[in-house]
Amino acid sequence: MTSSASLEDSALMAENRKRTAELGMWIFLASEALLFGGLFLAYFVYRYSFPQAFAAGVRENDLILGTINTIILMLSALFMTLGILAAENDNKKSSLSCLIMTAFLGLTFLGIKSLEYSHKFQHHLYPGGVFMPEKNWPVGERIFFGLYFVMTGVHALHLLVGIGILAWLIFVLSHKPRVRDSTVWLYTFGLYWHYIDLIWIFLFPSLYLLGRFG
Amino acid sequence: MHHEAIRIAGPVTTMSGVVDQLYWFLVFLTVLTSGLIIFLMLFFAVKYRRRPGHEVSHVVIEKTGLIEAIWIGVPLIVFLVIFFWGAKIYFQQMQVPAGALPIYCVAKQWMWKFQHPEGKREINELHIPIGVPIQVTLISQDVIHSFFVPAFRTKMDVLPNRYTNLWFQVNQPGEYKIFCSEYCGLWHSLMQGKVIAMTLDEYESWVDRGKKEPMALKGEQLIAKYGCWQCHQRGSTIASPIFDGLYGGKVHLSDGRTIVADETYIRESIVDPGRRLVAGYANVMPTFKDQISEEEILQLIAFIKSLGVSPGPASSEKTP
Amino acid sequence: MNEHPDKENYLMAGYGWRSWFLTTDHKRIAILYMLSITFFFAIGAFFALLIRLELLTPAGDFVSSATYNRLFTMHGIIMVWFFLIPSIPSVLGNFLIPLMIGADDLSFPRLNLASWYIFMLGGIFTLISILFGGLDTGWTFYTPYSSSYASGQVLNAGLGIIISGFSSILTGLNFIVTIHKKRAPGLTWGRLPLFIWAHYATSLIFVLATPVLAVTLLLMIVERTLHIGIFDPSLGGDPVLFQHLFWFYSHPAVYIMILPAMGVVSEIVPCFSRRKIFGYKMMACASLAIATLGFLVWGHHMFVSGQSVYAGIIFSLFSFLVAIPSGIKVFNWVATMFRGTITFSTPMIYAFGFIGLFTIGGLTGLFLAALGMDIHVQDTYFVVAHFHYIMVGGAIMGYLGGIHFWWPKICGRLYPKGWPGLSALLIFIGFNLTFFPQFLLGYMGMPRRYHFYPEEFQALHVLSSAGASILGVGYIFPFFYLAWSFFRGPRAEPNPWRATGLEWKTESPPPVHNFDQTPIVTEDPYSYEEKP
Repeated sequence: MTSSASLEDSALMAENRKRTAELGMWIFLASEALLFGGLFLAYFVYRYSFPQAFAAGVRENDLILGTINTIILMLSALFMTLGILAAENDNKKSSLSCLIMTAFLGLTFLGIKSLEYSHKFQHHLYPGGVFMPEKNWPVGERIFFGLYFVMTGVHALHLLVGIGILAWLIFVLSHKPRVRDSTVWLYTFGLYWHYIDLIWIFLFPSLYLLGRFG
Repeated sequence: MHHEAIRIAGPVTTMSGVVDQLYWFLVFLTVLTSGLIIFLMLFFAVKYRRRPGHEVSHVVIEKTGLIEAIWIGVPLIVFLVIFFWGAKIYFQQMQVPAGALPIYCVAKQWMWKFQHPEGKREINELHIPIGVPIQVTLISQDVIHSFFVPAFRTKMDVLPNRYTNLWFQVNQPGEYKIFCSEYCGLWHSLMQGKVIAMTLDEYESWVDRGKKEPMALKGEQLIAKYGCWQCHQRGSTIASPIFDGLYGGKVHLSDGRTIVADETYIRESIVDPGRRLVAGYANVMPTFKDQISEEEILQLIAFIKSLGVSPGPASSEKTP
Repeated sequence: MNEHPDKENYLMAGYGWRSWFLTTDHKRIAILYMLSITFFFAIGAFFALLIRLELLTPAGDFVSSATYNRLFTMHGIIMVWFFLIPSIPSVLGNFLIPLMIGADDLSFPRLNLASWYIFMLGGIFTLISILFGGLDTGWTFYTPYSSSYASGQVLNAGLGIIISGFSSILTGLNFIVTIHKKRAPGLTWGRLPLFIWAHYATSLIFVLATPVLAVTLLLMIVERTLHIGIFDPSLGGDPVLFQHLFWFYSHPAVYIMILPAMGVVSEIVPCFSRRKIFGYKMMACASLAIATLGFLVWGHHMFVSGQSVYAGIIFSLFSFLVAIPSGIKVFNWVATMFRGTITFSTPMIYAFGFIGLFTIGGLTGLFLAALGMDIHVQDTYFVVAHFHYIMVGGAIMGYLGGIHFWWPKICGRLYPKGWPGLSALLIFIGFNLTFFPQFLLGYMGMPRRYHFYPEEFQALHVLSSAGASILGVGYIFPFFYLAWSFFRGPRAEPNPWRATGLEWKTESPPPVHNFDQTPIVTEDPYSYEEKP
């Protein structure tokens, strides 16, 4: 094998690896879509059964915190993309700072989410034996908050896994002289990260908006 | 009288013979098709076995399209026949004939509790007259059960929180086994009972023996006991829907939907009054969940039913 | 043992435990899966043995009802999720997919190893649940019994199944990407072996159905621990929603079990008939059609659950439609044999068994798809018999046929003549004796999951138990002669069956990287006419 051929080969292989990884991630995301799909199905079935309870539940959620979190996730998506672009241009410093910013925004989201959870706990709005809404709510409120915790919980778990992988990627990248070689990883991970954002874009109206002003 | 759990053929009920016709057709089809396929497979295997002097065929079958079209077309036609046949029986099984004699069944782990409209109650035994359609309205107190009488070729799941129905018309007196066919826990396999079918005369004298108060009358007493009249009456201070002509009528709900006031809705309005409010009324009724048994709810419904069915929407009868 | 020095074949590539437990070689991972699922099969079979012993008499006198209910639950959970679903894909699929497409490995070898560890982690959770007394929900976990009433290890078993589900998802993902990206030059989609097509269709189900099961069981577990009310009727929830979600996965799961077995039979029949497969295109399309239509028929498990009559009609219609591609496959296998040159080798005997039993299993499925008929036989032994004809008569026959077909490739050794045929015959006879009487029991009204049963049913139950003992003996033989073959069997050539397909073009057992040179494909699959 001559050296020029091997150079060409390695470029071809890198391209091939990227496409393979990309396809794998898309299939994984299709699978994830059905995971959340099952939850959304349950949500809409019960929303149809208990429209008033669900509207009351939506009103109980903190619209301001929810909106802030939506903006935070969208910003994190922006930084994720900027990080990949910087890596493609082999700008290590800029790429790493964008990725750190992405992880930081993800953590902020989780922080605000846990703040919301603790508010709910203070109002005894968590499932389990002592579920005690303070107002006289229509039946179905338990189901709303049960689904609220499961849906946001599964979403937060995905985000947590994402932050973990991102931290590992940042660690690996910071030890590499050329970040450009790692764009396959970043690009594939970016798909996952945007996907989690996308899920939130569906969760936010379902849990914070639908029925609030009706 | 003898046990009839294992009756292979014979029109015990009006529907069992109909189901059996389809059954025997399907058996015929299964034997014919699987027989043909297994025969061909073994026939080819023997005829074309590798042996000295066996001529190896190099002929490639090119025109597979037509053959495959037949393999799709013929089964499709047969399947559609079975589909329509099965669906027709299903419609008949699901459509309770008008004027069927109502029986109410409450299932719990691990027993069947029956109530007759005349007031008789029994456990794990169900006396019925032959020659008339019987409608069994089913509800579970706990988990999902399934009411299954093999000789009648019918079954229906018994759900908590919701009424389901099945019907049959028995033509021969006898005893027929009832099984619970949806796994329901520890003694699932002992959740058995029997239907005792007797002539109409015998049934009437059985019902009259040790005369009990009819379900509707008991329901009226319960309505007094639980104080329902305080609100659900014309001219009461708290506006509430009234019972007359409620059953079977249309109800406009506060969220804009319209539903029919069937047994399931009336039951829900007792145990969970706020869930589907009638338009124009406040959510002030307390829940009677855990205070009233499934049997009592059935008696209340029987009473409401006895007040007649209104063709008009129930919410139009608002108190002034 | 070493008549001629081995090349670096994958079995000889290393001997330490690390060389197995940290391997990323798809062939070694396949062996790991084979040993694991054999272990789980033995556990599931032991439960089946106890069940059949109990049912010898109508009185529940061998074990208590509490134990009996746990036995059939754990038999179902182990056999479905830890044997049948991983069986052919994880063992044969893992071993053969890269070989058949001329690749050195799957696209994501490390992910493949991770899948095995995830599978084992799920298995450990399930084994823990069994060791701590098991559970009695039935493998279907119907609510509200599972969520509010059942005692026992529901959480551990549920978690075990959820975890092993992720193994399925990742395996399916790996297969799809591999089939897309790693085919050898010249191996176009139209030249793929049908085994590959079957696994492609199966992988789609893995990826798209399994997550729904995960989320359904998650909701069941949350309901059980936190009482959120979603499946609890006393809190306004609807227990029937669970059934919809559960069967949305579990009906396609049946096709996870049968599609790969169909793929195996599609390899065996042409090889031992020396004929091109009849209607290749239609066979490939039928696999995809089964996978697709399989997602639209879940409601046929719920014809008597109080769903609307119209929903029942739609689900019934689709159930009949999904039978058509299955029928095509059976007809095409038989047509492949027409004017062939047929040898009665062990794999072919299993293929005969598969075709016969699958045909009966499929046709009895028509009884269950026909609405009016289903009302009577739903939840009876008729259903039990039907799905065992598909899962045992179909899937296990296919698995054993595949193991016997590719054994020389996997181990580089041949197995003895005689014994395998005898055991296949015992399995066939034992199987029919076990499960055919159950059709009759079901029609007579014997409900499933019954510990005590009326005396009228005893004769048929005794027949069934007698058959099960023959079936059990039939299953024991392969353990011994295959183990013997592994250590002492005569060496196999690269292509002992003179089969087409790339996996036969390399050594037996294959070298670590499968092929010394990337093969180039120039002909259509199953070109047996040219090689009589």
